[in-house]
Amino acid sequence: MSELELFLHPGNLRLIWTSFLMTASLSVLGCGIGFLAGFFLALMRNPRIVPFAPARWFAIVYTETFRRIPFLVKLMVVLFAFQFAGLNVSLFTIAVTTVALTAAAFASENVRAGLESIHANQWDAAEAMNMGGFTALWRVILPQAWPVMIPPSMTYSVGLVKSTSIASQIGLFELTYAARIMTNKGISAGLAFGTILILYFVLCYALNRFAAWLEVRLATTRHRRA
Amino acid sequence: MPQLVIEGLSARYGTTPVLTDVNLSVERGEIVAIIGPSGSGKSTLLRVLVGLLKPQSGSVTVAGQQVNYDSAAALKQVRDRFAVVFQQFNLFQNMTALRNVTIAPTIVKKRSNSEVQAEAKRLLQKVGLGDKFNSYPDELSGGQQQRVAIARALALRPEVLLLDEVTSALDPELVGEVLDTIRTLAEEGMTMILVSHEMAFVREVAGKVVFMADGKVVEVGPPQQIFDNPQAQRTRDFVRRILRH
Repeated sequence: MSELELFLHPGNLRLIWTSFLMTASLSVLGCGIGFLAGFFLALMRNPRIVPFAPARWFAIVYTETFRRIPFLVKLMVVLFAFQFAGLNVSLFTIAVTTVALTAAAFASENVRAGLESIHANQWDAAEAMNMGGFTALWRVILPQAWPVMIPPSMTYSVGLVKSTSIASQIGLFELTYAARIMTNKGISAGLAFGTILILYFVLCYALNRFAAWLEVRLATTRHRRA
Repeated sequence: MPQLVIEGLSARYGTTPVLTDVNLSVERGEIVAIIGPSGSGKSTLLRVLVGLLKPQSGSVTVAGQQVNYDSAAALKQVRDRFAVVFQQFNLFQNMTALRNVTIAPTIVKKRSNSEVQAEAKRLLQKVGLGDKFNSYPDELSGGQQQRVAIARALALRPEVLLLDEVTSALDPELVGEVLDTIRTLAEEGMTMILVSHEMAFVREVAGKVVFMADGKVVEVGPPQQIFDNPQAQRTRDFVRRILRH
């Protein structure tokens, strides 16, 4: 068979599609869980919201540690941690956990920066009016902080999508792994990796569009109007 | 019975004492002005009253009831009685003028939306901003923002209005419009504690003037006493310095 026939073979196209879905779901699920966790970590670090020092210490130690470990190392640690705990989980679970742990640390920093960008007098005014911490957060602080928090978080997510290729190292059937299978089947590296290059781009571009939409959606009415 | 009695109140920022043994009483309908050099604890006193800074010792009694600043319920109650207007306005930047005024009455006090809307519009009209309901803070001048802040404070229906140097951050030509608004409230019998550097205005509206320095109350008296015949040396020095220009 010619290279093109090999490439266009339904089995091969299914392989590309399945691995693309794997990368996409790993990225979206990992970042989604990670950002939610990072959001709460940032709240734990804010004494106005959670006035409990040990919670703050935990959040700081977590964030500062996990931002500094390479993705591959984290992946291995998670893999062995699950094994050590005697839990028989799928490679997908291991990869999602790693992406989420990583995203949480970075999101926590972005959210913290966003919250701190809002002047303390906004909190004072809310508090003096008897607004509770969470009401103030939700109604006053976050609407002003989203535009500060979202762009760096989305930039980071795109970076994390690219890091998911490292999950091929533990044998997860995602895009990069699929490219290696294709080359083993006799498809040239140029075609195999060219294909996944385009698919990574599509995924990241979609994320960027989503970020742009989210920024407009969550910005205060005034900015939406402008 | 006085509306507010402060006895032996002390507070500190970290280890730095910022208020020392402050005594003050405010009658219903009275306008008390607090003057003094910067760093004398005037604004801090207001922050302590609304529980933004915990007092170290002493007592605050509002309408015969002593406030326990350690109790969340008591704190809620005292914040219901006071409303603060801040030097930097502190309007919520993400809300229109109207929403700034309605948010606390609807969200915190759970009053009916239509009633609050009507009252907020009336209050904004009263401070001369009937045409600015839908403007955002950054579309308003400093004087307009401060008047929104006053309307927002009034919507809370406070027993005592605390005004913290409300004209200090304003351009000189905008001071008058804010003072006019306060003058109207004074005529209506609103109880107010007014931290201010506008000495002519203080002399005009205040029933009682408190001179503070270094976190202590140095002298309390009617404006005539404080400005024309101060008893304490520190008051004399301060008044002489500020009235010279």
